[in-house]
Parts: sequence; structure tokens; C-alpha cells
Amino acid sequence: MSDAPLTTSDGRPLKAALAQAQARARRRAFLLVAPLLLFVVITFILPIGQMLQRSIYHDGFSSAAPALQAWFEANPPGTAPDEAAYAALAADLQLMKANRTAGEAGTRVNYTLPGTRSLFTSSARGADKLEPPFREALLAENAKWGDPLVWEAMRSAASPWTSDFYLVATDMQRTADGGVERVPEKERIYLKLFGTTFMLSAVITGVCLLLAFPIAHLLATLPASRANLLMILVLLPFWTSLLVRTSSWIVLLQGQGVVNNVLVSARLVDDGARWQMIYNMTGTIIVMTHILLPFMVLPLYSVMRTIKPAYARAARSLGATSWTTFRRIYLPQTLPGIAAGALLVFILAVGYYITPALVGGADGQLFSNLIQFHMSKSNWSVAAALAGMLLAGVLVLYWLYDRLVGIDKLKLG
Amino acid sequence: MALPAYADPLERIWYYTYLTICTLIFLFLIAPILIIMPLSFNAEPYFTFTEKMLTLDPDGYSLRWYDLLLTFGMQAPDVARDGGWWSDVWRNATWVQAAKNSVIIGFWSTIVATVLGTLAALGLSRNEMPYRRLIMAILISPMIVPIIIIATGLFFFYSSPCGVVGLDCGRLTSTYTGVVLAHATLGIPFVIITVTATLIGFDQSLSRAAASLGASPSRTFFKVMLPLILPGVVSGALFAFVTSFDEVVAVLFIAGPEQQTIPRQMWNGIREAISPAILSVATILVIISIALLATVELLRRRSERIRGVTPQ
Repeated sequence: MSDAPLTTSDGRPLKAALAQAQARARRRAFLLVAPLLLFVVITFILPIGQMLQRSIYHDGFSSAAPALQAWFEANPPGTAPDEAAYAALAADLQLMKANRTAGEAGTRVNYTLPGTRSLFTSSARGADKLEPPFREALLAENAKWGDPLVWEAMRSAASPWTSDFYLVATDMQRTADGGVERVPEKERIYLKLFGTTFMLSAVITGVCLLLAFPIAHLLATLPASRANLLMILVLLPFWTSLLVRTSSWIVLLQGQGVVNNVLVSARLVDDGARWQMIYNMTGTIIVMTHILLPFMVLPLYSVMRTIKPAYARAARSLGATSWTTFRRIYLPQTLPGIAAGALLVFILAVGYYITPALVGGADGQLFSNLIQFHMSKSNWSVAAALAGMLLAGVLVLYWLYDRLVGIDKLKLG
Repeated sequence: MALPAYADPLERIWYYTYLTICTLIFLFLIAPILIIMPLSFNAEPYFTFTEKMLTLDPDGYSLRWYDLLLTFGMQAPDVARDGGWWSDVWRNATWVQAAKNSVIIGFWSTIVATVLGTLAALGLSRNEMPYRRLIMAILISPMIVPIIIIATGLFFFYSSPCGVVGLDCGRLTSTYTGVVLAHATLGIPFVIITVTATLIGFDQSLSRAAASLGASPSRTFFKVMLPLILPGVVSGALFAFVTSFDEVVAVLFIAGPEQQTIPRQMWNGIREAISPAILSVATILVIISIALLATVELLRRRSERIRGVTPQ
């Protein structure tokens, strides 16, 4: 009896019955989550994945120029274009005219080599009149067709899969021999703005921490009834529309706004030299700090509330000064809250769009605004590549947040 | 934090400095929200307090900007204000249309987010849930991923939603359905967070007791579980509604002229020519958020009372 396996009342081995029950429980739990997971995959993951595909895939040229594609496949990179190549080009230009795809094809090559879109549209227009020898005919049409950079760009565009858009987004360009180099100093804008965005977000996170720490501490140490009352002052901005808060800051900070008027009437500022506090980087920092501050206060508060005052009292009774007590006893205990709040504020700040768009002026724009700019210019592939870069940055931060804080620790109010 | 009895004079000075700093920070948080309220009653088209407003002269105040909210976009604003005038407001006034759209879109996206989100939260809070951490990370990510990326993705996706699987089912761009689906996705993380937080305090033996007494799983949910977690569900729903009610970027990218919402109108107003009418909308929105905040606070206390936790 003792070495026979334990069985349930209906005679099945207990181990098997238990495993079966657990599998059923797992399946049930998963089935509850499944509808939402499917919903999120369709309305969120799929669209973003499809957009990211645009950052590495563009068949505008490859589908419009089959003859050139064949020539590029037959000849290794670096081959100087011969008459056969020009014949292929002429055939493709005629095809583009017939199918009206010159614009799309030109757009694709233009990404790799700016300023080439009109080359395709104008040459395709007169493509029917091209006669052999095609090399001479095409060079007479536009001398740019002899430029090895144009041929290099077409070779690169002949494959629909490409890293060109990421090259553009990281301020790089192709050279005539197929290598890559950085664009001239004054044209490097994307990486610089990427850096500026992270730097500004760090500044905003720092200011938020400085402002949140004292009030979170006050809220955590006050008696519950009074703390709840003061908490409303933190939660009300949290619940108030973002656009409402942004427009009230415009009202406060603009040239003829409340703050400047008070300063002028108090004779602290000359009427002719009113402070420029909005529609620039200062405006972005002030308004975003105000908007993100509650996201710092709430996690800090929930950690500080659990710190027992007895530790501080013990340190003081052992002779520590109040500064030492704060630095060595209190501050280390608040670190989880600081990490949670700072990471959350930083993640949200890096992706901010609305506030910089409304109050950022020229120098207070963030990376999101750059993406929107390219979207509005129909530079979809570059917009997608920039979005890919921003997404990668945010996902790294999100992963860090999950490792250090844990997603299930995220709380609202 | 009371000042301890052993504090020396320096510490006393520091303590009062600290209180002053805190007061200033609270002022920074709340002043911008309160300042727009009186300014929205400005009789002049300025964004600052006029002489008359400061001396509390009634002539300095007026309801003209609130009136503008009703009349702007009407066909015949200058006739007598009878039933016909009001039906003109209801049908044609720009801000009234925007408010209707905001409520419709907010309502449906809240329903979708709350129903799906609550179900998922039930699954996520079970111990047996496989891959919980990964799935949780995916479901929370709409809150983390920058809105511009989501909006850009939806912009492409909505132009041919079935194209992914090679079918043709029309566009979701410029449709209510499209905006509702986008806003539901954005609201889901809030529902998940609030409902899972409520479920942590839920005593699982209650549902086991119900099951042992012969109740079916759905009966157990509706009769035992739901009444206990309802405060969390409702505050999650309110969060989802506010998210939709305040969302502008997705609307900018995927909505058409038929789906103009309040934030969209405000965005136009702020970008083009900011008029004090924006401040009167803002004031109304602040009053709504005060009401929502009060509701959520009451629900939180109720939830804590139900669960036998003393209110903090």
C-alpha cells in the first residue's frame, strides 16, 4: 500500500489529476486575458509594427524599375554604368511614365540622395523621345545621370529592404564607393535633437524631484486628515486636462500675461524688457514640470508613508545631527520612491508632444515634434525611422523600470 | 511633521523655511489652474486682470465668453432666444458639437476598455496566470509608448486595416469607430492598474465559498466579486474616460472633421488665435475634473472600508 501511488477518489493518480487541474486553471486565467490581449495586438502592436516596417521597407523604386534592378543584380557594386545600364534606365523611365510611378520612385531615391526626385519626374516626362545611344541621350537630358552618386543611390533603392532611412535619421549618408559617412557638421540635426530631448527630460526630471521631495515628505508626515486635504492640491492638476494646464500657463507667462504684468507693476521689470518665458525652451521646461510633477509626488509619497519615524529618532538620540540623519537614515529609505518617480517622469517626458508643440517655440521642441514634422511633410519613411529610434529609447527605459521598480508597482492616485 | 521638542533655534528656522518652500510648491501646482477661472469672466478680450477686475467692479466681469461658446458656429445667433434658438445651438454650435463628440467617443471607449480590462485584470491577478509579467508589460505599454508613435502607427494602419491580412474592408480613418478603438487602447492601462490593485485586497476564499455553495463562476463573479471590486472598476472607468476626454494627438492624426472633440477645438484655439473663450472652456473642464476627483476619492475610501482597511 505504501509504495502504490496516491489516487483521487475516482482512481486516477493524484499527481496526474493535480497537473490536469493546474493546466485547466492556467487555461482559464489565460482565457480571461485573451480578449484584451487580442484587442491590444490588433489596435496597438500591429499598427506600430507595420509602421516600423516602413522604416526598413520601401518598394517605390524597386517595383517601378525592373530593368535597372536586373542590371544591378548582374553587375557588382562599383561597376561604372555602361550602355546596357543606360538602356535599362531609359526602359524604366518609359515604364514609369506609362504607370505614373516616377514620383514614387523619385521619392525613394531622394531619401538616399536628396535633390534627385525631380530628376526622375522630369526625365520620365520626356522618356518616350529617348533614342539610342541612351547614354548620350540621357546625359543630354540631364547631366546628373552621369553622377556616380546617383547610380549608387539607385543601386541602394533597387532593393525594397533598406537601412537608408535609419542612415538619414542618424545623420549619415552614402558615399560614391558604397560606404557611409556622417553628413556635414551643420546638417546634423536628428541625433542632436535626440540628445537634447534626453537632456531636457533629465532637467525636467531633476526639477520635478527637487519640487516633489519636500511636499511628498510633508504629506507623508502630516496627520492623515490634513494630508488628505493637501493631497487634493496634487491630485487636482493630475485630473485636469493637459490642454487646460497648458493654456493657463500661456496666460500666465506670455509677454502681456499675468506674471509679467505683476512684475512690471511691482517695478521689478521694465515695461520694455518683459521676460520671455514662453514659446521657448524655458516654457517647455516650466509647463512640463508642472504637468509631470504629480507623477513624481505620488510614488515618493507612497514610499515615504511607510518609513517609520523611529529610525530618525534613534539616529538623533545616538548623536547624529539633523543633516546626518536626513542624509544617512532618511534619504536611503526613500530611494525606491525616487527611482520609481524619476524613471516614470523621464519616460513620459522623452515622448512628450503636445506641450512642446504649443509652448516650445523654436528651441523647445522635442523628438516627437520632429516625427510630426516629417509626417506633415509626407516623409513617411524617415518619420517611421525616427519613431523607431524613439521607441527603442523608450523601451529600454521601460525595461529598466520593470527591472528596478516592477510594472505591478505602478499606481495612480 | 511637528517640530520635535529638542529642536534648536537653527532647526526651528529651517522648519519654517521648509514650510514656506512647501507652500510655494503647492502654489505652483494649483495657481495656474485657479487663475483661469476669474479670467474667463473678463469683459475685455485680454488674458490678464484689468483695472476694473482688480477693483471688483461688476462692469469688469461678463459672461460674454461663455455666451460665445454657445453662439460660435450657429446659423442665426442674433434672433430671440426661444426654443428655435436653442435647437440651433444644439445642432450647429461648434463647441456643443465638440462636446457631444467627446462624450460619445469617451463613453464607448470607456465601455470597451473597462469590460475588456476588468476581465483581463481578473485573469492577471490569478496565481496560475502564465507569462504574467510579459503580458502585463504589453498591456500597460500604451501608457508608456509616446503618443506620437501610436498615432503615427494608427494613421498608416487605419488607411487599410485589413490590408495586413490581404483583405479590403474600407478605412477606419475619419470614423467614430477608429477614434473609439484608439482611445479604448489608451485607456486600458489605467483600468488594468486600478482593477488589479483592487483585486490584491480581494479575499479569494469568498469566491471559493460561493463555488462550494454551488454558484456558477459567472454567478460568483456578479454576486460576490463584482460588488466588492466595483469601486476599483468604476475608478478605472473614470480614468479611461478622462484619458479619452483629454486626448488630442490621436484625434489630430486619425479623426476627420466629423469627429472634432473638445481637446481638438482647444488645440485649434491655442495654436491659431487664443481667445478668452478657451479659458471659459478650461474653467468648465476644471469643474468637471473637480467632480471626477471627488468621485474617485469617495470610491477609494469606500473601497478601503469594504476591504476593512482603515482610510489613510
